[in-house]
Parts: sequence; structure tokens; C-alpha cells
Amino acid sequence: MLRFVVSRAAMVIPTFLGVTFLSFFLIRLVPGDPIEVRVGERGIAPERLALLRHEMGLDQPLWHQFYAYIVQILHGNLGLSIVTQTPVLHEFATLFPATLELSVCAILIAIVLGLPAGVIAAVRRGSLFDHSVMGVSLAGYSMPIFWWALLLILLFSVNLGWTPVSGRIDAIYDVDPVTGLMLIDSLWSDDPGAFRSAVRHLILPALVLGTIPLAVIARMTRSAMLEVLGEDYIRTARAKGLSSFRVVGLHALRNALIPVVTVIGLQVGTLLGGAILTETIFSWPGIGKWLIESINRRDYPVLQGGVLLVATLVMLVNLAVDLLYGALNPRIRHGR
Amino acid sequence: MAEISEHDAKVNAPPGPLASFWHSFIENKGALGGLIVITAIFVVAILADILAPHSPIEQFRDFRLVPPVWVDGGLWRFPLGTDDIGRDILSRLLYGARLSLAIGVIVVTVSLSVGVLLGLIAGFFGGMIDIAVMRLMDIMLSLPSLLLAIVVVAILGPGLVNAMLAVSVVVLPHYARLTRAAVLTELGKDYVVASRVAGAGSLRLMFDTILPNCMAPLIVQATLGFSTAILDAAALGFLGLGAQPPTPEWGTMLASAREFVQSAWWVVTLPGLSILVTVLAFNLLGDGLRDALDPKLKR
Repeated sequence: MLRFVVSRAAMVIPTFLGVTFLSFFLIRLVPGDPIEVRVGERGIAPERLALLRHEMGLDQPLWHQFYAYIVQILHGNLGLSIVTQTPVLHEFATLFPATLELSVCAILIAIVLGLPAGVIAAVRRGSLFDHSVMGVSLAGYSMPIFWWALLLILLFSVNLGWTPVSGRIDAIYDVDPVTGLMLIDSLWSDDPGAFRSAVRHLILPALVLGTIPLAVIARMTRSAMLEVLGEDYIRTARAKGLSSFRVVGLHALRNALIPVVTVIGLQVGTLLGGAILTETIFSWPGIGKWLIESINRRDYPVLQGGVLLVATLVMLVNLAVDLLYGALNPRIRHGR
Repeated sequence: MAEISEHDAKVNAPPGPLASFWHSFIENKGALGGLIVITAIFVVAILADILAPHSPIEQFRDFRLVPPVWVDGGLWRFPLGTDDIGRDILSRLLYGARLSLAIGVIVVTVSLSVGVLLGLIAGFFGGMIDIAVMRLMDIMLSLPSLLLAIVVVAILGPGLVNAMLAVSVVVLPHYARLTRAAVLTELGKDYVVASRVAGAGSLRLMFDTILPNCMAPLIVQATLGFSTAILDAAALGFLGLGAQPPTPEWGTMLASAREFVQSAWWVVTLPGLSILVTVLAFNLLGDGLRDALDPKLKR
């Protein structure tokens, strides 16, 4: 097992270096100078421009800038945002809980709805329920989620007036950002209305972001269950006279879960990508919105650091999923 | 006697591969439905000039936000209504179909050719080349696809062509991986060894001997690739990084429709519905092709 862990973890290092390399050089190719963007139409004296460029190291040769960048990263320094002058890592850390909260709620919705739907569809194969689940999940899988978000806003916010359209909580509540997770922080505060407000703000974006994972999980659970239900040991379990609840819930589901867990882990990339769209539509102050804004402002350090941090996150989660998979399934860890 | 045995032989002969494929394909109602819808969209896209009642960018300033014809206040002149500056929505959707399909065709062609080439090279030559190519693909896959596409567009500048390029770059690793995996399974087989012994060169082995036998998973992935391409390009358009107004691209149309969520539902719902239907049709077709082409899944 240790060998498996080490060899798998070692594969992350070259990928990480590659991402750093890629994020640095790709972003340097962006047309437009960050200082000129910052001063906008006011214009700037050439001497002052040269001075600023020098201060930010923008006048150095590219390889020199890259070397400096790597050294800084190894010191945990991802640079300052050109626009706000705060450290990129600090901005990321401030905004990340919002994205984390949204993503976790989204994946929870997806699991809570998708897993049982997939199991029941497999057990009642060919039934009306099965066909509906498959139809709905195919539609969910094909859904342009930015449009789905607009439809839900149209229904729940505009027509029914149940949910707000943007932000994380009503402005009248003053919640201390202890954890940065609004649901927990608002529970902490004495005002019960704060928590309700946080939930009402969260529910639509989480539903939108959870839609594609929900569809994928339901499909995957169904096909994994169908495969397992055809196995001999299931027939044996049935023949022993076990209740069908026990057969499905205990014998079949546990084995079917192995591929499903992998699929859930692999949704992290989808979630972070989807968060860009969801956060933009719902004005959710998270990583996705931050990255889009950094592009519009040509804030290189933010874009660079953000891309690097997101990629690292996805890589680490994928590694964790791989290791978990190896722990669950001995065939994988002894495979090589 | 001879006649009868000939007849027997005909009846017992197994169906050809194409016939057997077609047979299992049309059994799948969803796939057939997908194919029909896609054909219809292609026809509409090609005939957009004839079918569209108006130009997609002509503004009828006196007819802003006219609702569809079946709603009170709707006009037959604008069957699906008009948008905020008085453009006919039906015409824009029809021309949008042309754009979306063009995006699909171009993205799939570009990413498929580059991806297959990289996969062939990596699988065929192995060693350092394999490691270098596949590591690069891993790096690209470790970024959320939309984020990578956004970064690429940020570099190249927003626009339809750059958006297509960005999406091509993003989906390319999937083709490279699939091709490499297929090449590795085929490489050890006797027919490849035989061909090599007979003196076939590397290029001939790669493209003529091995590639045709790797086609099944690639065809499936390419079909599903249409839906990814259309979805991602629309998402970029929606974020203002893809096709620019007044181009009647579906995602771009949605971006400018956002502010009318409260007042004019048709401006918001119709372009998204077009995206959903098109993407759904390609996904159904892709699933059906996978079932029909993959012998492992045949029951």
C-alpha cells in the first residue's frame, strides 16, 4: 500500500510544475499591459510608467520573471493583486469558503437525490420510474447551466418571490465571518433570521451547480447497480432468503459504490468550472467570480495564482480519490 | 439440391458489420430520435436564408420586446417575438443553429485531428515522447475545462474564432488519451506485427494499419464532443468571451437577455431551449452509437 501511495503521489509533482509553467507563460501572452489597463484613459507619464513597470518587475526578461515567480511560490507567496494590492493567497483564502460552501451543498444535493434515484431505477429496471430518471438525468447532463439558472430565477425569484437573486445573505444581517461558511456563521449569530436568509440565498445556486453532478451520479449509480445485481453473490443472498432491502442496501449497494465514489470525486473539476458560471449569475462572492473579474481587469497575478491554486486543488482531490479507490479496491493497488 | 444449399447459405450468413450496426442502432429509440433532431437542425441551419423571415441583425425599432404570436400582443410578423432592440427572435435562432453546428464541426475537426495525431505518436513511439505528450495532456485535464477555455480566450482575446480554438484545445486531451489507449491495445496484435514484418513503415503502420481499428471509441467521443463544443462555446458567449453582439449565437443571445428575466420570458427561454435540444440530441446519438459500436455492451 505504501508503495502505491508514494508512486501515485510522486506523479503529482511533475504535473504541478507543468501547471505552474503553463499558467505563467500562457498568462504572459495576454495582450495589454496591466499598468496601462489600471490607469485607464487618464493616461500616464512615460517616466512614471517605466518606474511602475520596474517596481513590478515587468521590465525583466520573461525567464527571469518566471524564476522569480517559482521562488516566490516556494515561499508561499503568490504575489499581490495589481488592482487591490492585497496578497493573492489572502484573497483566495477569503473567497474560497464561499465557493467551498456552494460546492459542498451542490454535491450533497446531487448525492442525496442522485444515489437513491439511481438505486431505485436499477432495481425497477424498465419501469416508468427508471425511464423518467434516465430521461431527466440525460436532460440534466445536457443542460446549459447558465440558462438553467435563469429559468430557476424566473420561476422561484421572479414569479414566486421565494428566493433572492444574488449575494449570500441579506444586507440587514451583520454576521461575523468566523469560518467564512455563511450557513455556520449565521447559525452562530443570535438572529435566527440570518440563517434562514443564508439558506434562501444558497439554495438556488447550489441546485444549479449540483445539476450536472446529480445527473452523472444517478446514471453511474444505476449502471453500477445493474452490473452488481447480476452477480452470483446477489443470487446467493436472495436464495438464502434475505429481505430484498438487505440484499439491495447491504450486498449490492456497497459494491456498486466503488465506481460511484470515484465519479463523485471526479466531479470536483466540473464543480469548480460550473462555479464560474453559477457565481457570475448569482453574484456569489467566490473564486469563480473572482477569476472572471481578474480577466476583465487584466490582473495577471490573480489570474495566475488563482489558476494555479484551482489546478492544485483539483489535482490533490484527484489524488485523494485515487488513493481512496486503491484502499477500497485491492486489485488497483496491486495492479502494477 | 444445389439451389437449396445456396439458399441456406444466404439465410445463415451473418449480417455484415454495417448491417449489424444499423440493426442495433435503430433499435435504440433515443438514438434514432437524436439523429432525426440533428438532421432537422442541419436542414434548418443550411436553409436559414430561406426559412428566416427577417435578417438576424435587422432592428425593428417600433417593435421592441414583442411577445410570441400565441401570447396576447403577439404578431404573426414575428412568430417567436422580438428582443429588446426589435430583432426577430426566430430569425436569430435559425441563424444561431448555423453558428452552433459550425462551432461543433470545427471544434470536433480540429481537436480530433490534433488529438488523434498526438495519441498516435505517443502510443506508437512510447518512451520519452509518450511521457512528455501524456503529461501535458494530464496537466490540461487537471484544470476545469471551462477555466482553461477562459484562460485561452483571455490570451487570444474574446471572439467566436478564439472561443472555438479555446474549446478545441480543452477537449483535445480526451482524443489523445483514447487514441493512445487504443493504439497500445492494437500494437501487440498479430496483424500489426505481420504488417511490420512485411516492411510497412511507421507512417503506414500508424495511419493505415492501426488507426482504422481504433475508430469506434473515437466516433463515439466525437459525437459527444459536438455537445461539449456547443455547450462550452455558448458558456463563453454567455460570459461575454465568445461570439460578440450582434452575432446571433445562442449563448451570446442569453447574455444580453439576462436583464429581461423579469419582463420578457421569451427572450430568455428560447435560446437556451435551442441549446438544450441540440446538445441533448447529440448526447442521445452518442450514447446510441456507443451501444451499437461497443461489442462489450451488446446484450
